[in-house]
Amino acid sequence: MSDEKRAMPADANEINRRAFFAKLGLGSLSIATAGTAVFAYQFLSPNVLYEPSPIVNVGKPESFPEDSVTLDVNSGIYLIHAKEGFFSLSAVCTHLGCLTAWKPELGIIACPCHGSKFNREGEKIEGPAPKPLPWLRTWVNDEGDLMVDRSTTIRPMQFVRV
Amino acid sequence: MAKAIDSYFDDLRNTRIWRSVFRSGTGSSTLHRSLAIQQNVFLHLFSTKVRRRMLGFSATWYLGTLTFGTFLILVSTGILLMLYYHPSVPQAYADTKDLQFVVSDGLFLRNLHRWSAHAMVFLVFAHMFKVFYRGAYRSPREFNWVIGVILLLITLFLSYTGYLLPWDQLAYWAITVGSNIASAVPVVGNKVHFLMLGGNLVNANALLRFYVLHCMILPLTAILFIAVHFWRIRKDGGLYHHQSEPRTIAVDAATAAKVDQ
Repeated sequence: MSDEKRAMPADANEINRRAFFAKLGLGSLSIATAGTAVFAYQFLSPNVLYEPSPIVNVGKPESFPEDSVTLDVNSGIYLIHAKEGFFSLSAVCTHLGCLTAWKPELGIIACPCHGSKFNREGEKIEGPAPKPLPWLRTWVNDEGDLMVDRSTTIRPMQFVRV
Repeated sequence: MAKAIDSYFDDLRNTRIWRSVFRSGTGSSTLHRSLAIQQNVFLHLFSTKVRRRMLGFSATWYLGTLTFGTFLILVSTGILLMLYYHPSVPQAYADTKDLQFVVSDGLFLRNLHRWSAHAMVFLVFAHMFKVFYRGAYRSPREFNWVIGVILLLITLFLSYTGYLLPWDQLAYWAITVGSNIASAVPVVGNKVHFLMLGGNLVNANALLRFYVLHCMILPLTAILFIAVHFWRIRKDGGLYHHQSEPRTIAVDAATAAKVDQ
């Protein structure tokens, strides 16, 4: 008891040994906690992904007749040959990520999950989709193949002429 | 004859081995019966005394106990299913089909796991409705209600993560839709989506993450919270019993007596 009294600081601003070690301990514990959180976040975020390349070679322009819409199920894109030229749309619904389908008899793109409908240019006709289907960067490479970059969206109505 | 069987059990309880396992001693006094509950590692979570009325079907409809029963079925069948299931893209779907058509009793175990999972979700909701409409969530049991809500969320996450494991079209698109719902969370949504799937697509990483969540992290968390949930029943004054009911009956009897006079 007398020891504790002696350990009490004379001035309220002065810090005694016990308070110093308590603060030091709490401080190191919070640093360790923050470090663990950062470590856990880093560990859970993969640095290398074995996912398919965003750039897809869709083939020769001649294989897409004019006024046709072709869905590539594996890459989730539409290659459309309109009168103005070629363009490609993402086939992944902007609502919750389902794969949409082209309905040739109605001339629309429809999502099987929650009923969103889009026209051939990707604009929404009806349904819960919050955004139109994005246009994807499309070009012709040196071999004359049509290429699509799924990771780059462009402004609509930019056609590729071959 | 019944007496002879009783004395046989008494002899068993007096053996040195039995008494080394159960320290509460023999005898059927109230103290001994209380000690038998209190000194057992599994039973000590529960109250040593329960109103006889609370053990009847009408008091709780056994909904909490039945929920725990389905959980035990799910753990035991789930461990067995793990012996034939590989959480990898080339094998997951084939293993699920093998469990149905090749493995002896695999179809029974898989269906039991599936039906128990559906039953557990139903029973959790039924249990919560019963607790809610009885008013059993009120003070001093409000914190146990909060633990119950956490257990509801764990149950739903267990259902959701288990849904991906058969790796069929239904599973794939359900998890695609579900994980895109997570990315609708403001600010952190896309990060949550990325961490949950371990990538941008429902792929090998997502299957493995969901498997680990489904078979390790979520069941262990569930067991922890179930233990606290059971222990809190005792700490909050035992199973809730509807105080207003006997009083209403008493008032009715008194009124009836007055009318008779």
